[in-house]
Amino acid sequence: MSVLRAHGLRKRYDELDVVDGVDLDIAAGECFGLLGPNGAGKTTTLRLCLGLTYPDAGQIELLGEPVPARAREARQRVGVVPQFDNLDPDFTVAENLLVFGRYFGIARAEVAGRLSGLLEFAGLTGREDARINTLSGGMKRRLTLARALINDPQLVFMDEPTTGLDPQARHLIWERLRRLTQEGKTLILTTHFMEEAERLCHRLAIMDRGRLIAVGSPRTLIAEHIEPQVVEVHGKGFEQWMERARRLAPRVERAGDTVFVYAANAAPLLADLSERPELSYLHRPASLEDVFLKLTGRDLRD
Amino acid sequence: MRWVAVWRRNFLVWRKLVIASVLSNLADPLILLFGLGYGLGALLPSVEGMSYIAFFAAGTLCSATMFTASFESMFSGFSRMHGQQTWDAILYAPLTIVDIVAGEIVWAASKAWLSGATILAVAAVFGLAASPIVVLALPVAFLVGLAFAACGLIMTVLAKNWDFFSFYMTLIMTPMTMISGVFFPAEQLPRPVLAVAQVLPLYHGIELVRPLVAGRWPSQIALHVAVLLAYAAAGYAIAIMYARRRFTA
Repeated sequence: MSVLRAHGLRKRYDELDVVDGVDLDIAAGECFGLLGPNGAGKTTTLRLCLGLTYPDAGQIELLGEPVPARAREARQRVGVVPQFDNLDPDFTVAENLLVFGRYFGIARAEVAGRLSGLLEFAGLTGREDARINTLSGGMKRRLTLARALINDPQLVFMDEPTTGLDPQARHLIWERLRRLTQEGKTLILTTHFMEEAERLCHRLAIMDRGRLIAVGSPRTLIAEHIEPQVVEVHGKGFEQWMERARRLAPRVERAGDTVFVYAANAAPLLADLSERPELSYLHRPASLEDVFLKLTGRDLRD
Repeated sequence: MRWVAVWRRNFLVWRKLVIASVLSNLADPLILLFGLGYGLGALLPSVEGMSYIAFFAAGTLCSATMFTASFESMFSGFSRMHGQQTWDAILYAPLTIVDIVAGEIVWAASKAWLSGATILAVAAVFGLAASPIVVLALPVAFLVGLAFAACGLIMTVLAKNWDFFSFYMTLIMTPMTMISGVFFPAEQLPRPVLAVAQVLPLYHGIELVRPLVAGRWPSQIALHVAVLLAYAAAGYAIAIMYARRRFTA
C-alpha cells in the first residue's frame, strides 16, 4: 500500500527547474532516502509532498489525500523534522511538546500522557523543564524528532536529520530512526551522507538537478551502476600510471591528485601496483558514494 | 477555530514575560498622559467641554492601543515568522497560513486591548470618566487593536528585514497620531488634512472613545465602527494574500 504517490512533480523558481518531473511511490513501512548534492531539489520535493509549497505541475497523494487540496487532513497523520531546528526558544522542552500538540488539536491530558514516552525517546528524561538554549545540538535534534511524533504519525518526513551532528549524536539518531521503522512507521528522509542512506534506507532515490536519476535499494544501486572493486591511487608519477590503468580496467577517473580505478577484477591492477613502490594505493569494495559520484559528477555544488 | 492554538502559543509566551511586557506597553503612554495632561492641561481651561487631561486620556487610550497592536504584529510577529521560524514549524501541523494570520491578528489585538483597558482603568481611578458608559470604550479598543494588528501584519509578511518597519512607523503612524485628534481636536486642522485623517482608522477610534469618556453617546457610531472593521477585514485579506505568496510560492 502506498503512503505517498507523486507523479510528474514540477516546480520552477526564477527560470530554474528546481523540481523537474519527479515521480515517487513509497510503500507503508518503508524507509526511503532522497539522496542528492546541495541544490538538487530534495527540500523542495519534501515541501511539495507536504502541501507547504504548491507545485507548478503534477499530482500528489499523501496518505490517500490529494495534496495540496487536502494537505491539512493529510498532515494530521504526518510528522516533519526540518533541516534547521525551529524549536520555540521561549519554551521549555515539555512546553515545546505541549504547544505543538495543541496545533494538532490533541487534548492536553493526552499530550501529557505521551510526554514521558517522547522524552525517553529523545533521551531527555529529566530535562523537561530545561530551556531550549541550554540543550546541545544533538538534544535539540532529538527533541525536534520527538516533536514530530507528538501526533503519533504514520509517516515522518525528515530533511537532513543528522546534518551538523557529531558521530555520537548521529548514531543515537540512527538508532531511534531504526526503532521507528521497527514500529512500522514510514520514514522519508533527505541526506547527503552515504553512510546514513546505506544504513537506514530500504530504498533510495538519487536526485540531481531536479530529477531522480536512479532509484533502488542501496545494494541494487551499487550492483547496477558501478564495478564492484575500487582502487584509489596517488603518489609520484600517478599521471603516467593512469595510462597503464586504462588498459587494465574499464573505468579510470581522476580527482585532483588521486586516480580512482573501477573494475570487476582488481587482481591485474594490484599486481601491477606491487611493482611500483612510489605509488600508494587503497583497494576497497565499491560503495554508494561511488555510485553517487558517478551519477552526479565530481564537481563542487555551492 | 484552529487559529486559537496560535493565539494560545503567543499567550503562553506573554504569560512568562508578563511584567516586562505590561510595563513596556503602559509606561510610555501613562507618563505621557500625566505629564502632558497635567502640565499642558494647566494652561488650557477645557477642550470640547472636558478637562484637557480627560480629552487627552481618550486620545492616549486609542494611540496606545494602536502602538501595542502595531508593535506586536510587526516586530514580535516578524521575530516569530522570520527569526525563530515559528510559523514554519506551525505549518507542519494541520494548520494553514490563514490560521496563523488570524491567530496573530487576534493575539496582537488582545494585547493591544489590554493596553487600552488598563489606560481606561487608570483614567477611571483618577476620575477622568464622566459616566459608566465609558465601559463601551472597551470593545472599541479591541476593534482599534484588530484594525492596526491587521495592517501591521501586512507589513510583517512583506518585510525582508527589520528596517522595513521604520518606513511604516515614520511615514504613516507618527503623522497619523498627529492629525487624528490624540493631542488636540482634529477639526481645527486645515480641511484637506482633516480629510486625510478621516480615511485613516485612528481618527474613528478616537471619535468613538472620546464622547464615551465625556459621558456622551458618540455620533455616527455605525460609520466609525464600519471604518475600523473595514481596515481589519481588508488588512486580514491582504495579509493572507502576501503571506501565501511568501510561504507557499
